[in-house]
Amino acid sequence: MLKTLGAVVRRDLLLAFRQRADVANTLLFFVVVVTMVPLGVGAEPNLLRSIAPGVVWVAALLAAILSLHRLFAADFADGTLEQMLISAEPLPLIVLGKTAAHWLVTGVPVTAIAVVLGIMFDLGVGQTATLMASLALGTPVLSLLGAVGAALTLGLRGGGVLVSLLVLPLYVPVLILGAGSVEAVAAGLGGGPYLLLLGALALFAIVLTPWAVSAALRISVE
Amino acid sequence: MLEALDLECTRGERVLFRGLGLRVEPGTLLRVAGPNGTGKTSLLRVLCGLLQPTHGEVRWRAAPIRALKEEYWSALAYVGHLNGVKDDLSAVENLRASAGIAGLDADASALRGALDAVGLVGFEDSLARFLSQGQRRRIALARLFLSAGVPLWILDEPFTALDARGVACLSALVARHLAGGGIVVLTTHQEVPVDAARAATVELGSGTGTPC
Repeated sequence: MLKTLGAVVRRDLLLAFRQRADVANTLLFFVVVVTMVPLGVGAEPNLLRSIAPGVVWVAALLAAILSLHRLFAADFADGTLEQMLISAEPLPLIVLGKTAAHWLVTGVPVTAIAVVLGIMFDLGVGQTATLMASLALGTPVLSLLGAVGAALTLGLRGGGVLVSLLVLPLYVPVLILGAGSVEAVAAGLGGGPYLLLLGALALFAIVLTPWAVSAALRISVE
Repeated sequence: MLEALDLECTRGERVLFRGLGLRVEPGTLLRVAGPNGTGKTSLLRVLCGLLQPTHGEVRWRAAPIRALKEEYWSALAYVGHLNGVKDDLSAVENLRASAGIAGLDADASALRGALDAVGLVGFEDSLARFLSQGQRRRIALARLFLSAGVPLWILDEPFTALDARGVACLSALVARHLAGGGIVVLTTHQEVPVDAARAATVELGSGTGTPC
């Protein structure tokens, strides 16, 4: 079982490496959206400090949405998905592997880039660390919930817009908790409770969403 | 033994087949024949469990496949009309990935051996985007060389895009599998160039299915 999980993660990472431009686009989009905001609202340091967590998190959500089409569409088009559905190994495991690979090439770089963005918005060390911790715990949820949307809209015309409408409302708790944790640190309250809730959401999503995605994929491929 | 009872399949508004029953014993080659659009691929997908029939059920060794799930799929190798080959992976990487996804055990020498057997010697490390249609088909078929222990093979138009030597090679592989007590279900528009001791045909498109 673990061998299959490893094989799926390795394959998707290798594919992402061969299609680097696609991965880089998502990350560039994230950086560009965040850097646009100071240009729009003006360079008042206190204002920037207070909106930074929200801006970074909204950009992270959009970047996640933008990358969701990569998750299943290519496998669906070339027939690999059929092979996954009739694998001798459980489908939720394969789905978990694919989502893990998706997180490794979107969530992890986004979390790493947040250090630089923290400096750009003049966040303190504590706030930047909390921002990164919240992204590290929250981005897996974005990948996992996004996978449900991507699986449900697979093969539909206009699936790209539909997936945003389906998934963005589900992202709301992650956005509130993620941005809230940094604001709580800024207010001197400590981000601990927010991070714990984000961690709980992540665990919840890891356990439940692969089953939902599997069911959705079986319907979509029929 | 693979059995189908009273299958009905509809796509959209159209009934493709109704009341179709079949029974395939070990060592038998079942050819699904019929003009385009009569539901050959749909029947294969129903037999794989990828498509739910609107009526009836498929049984493997007397148990319905809907209940067996992974247990059935571990006894099944399916090569569809889509190859499941990634442009950005080399032949050997493609085969390794599909073996991993299928849950097959295959070490590096088994992978190379399978690619050699389908005539891709020297192309193991070329990216699939630089290979021809027939060569990509061969990568998909190489999976069958890793599936020797898998009893049921379902092949959708396996001979398309293959040259004469490829057809001969695949026919020999199918014949060997049948001789070893395996079951092969395939669709093809050509005459089946396979020597099978036991062969049957299901003709679709004549209104009702013919039991065999």
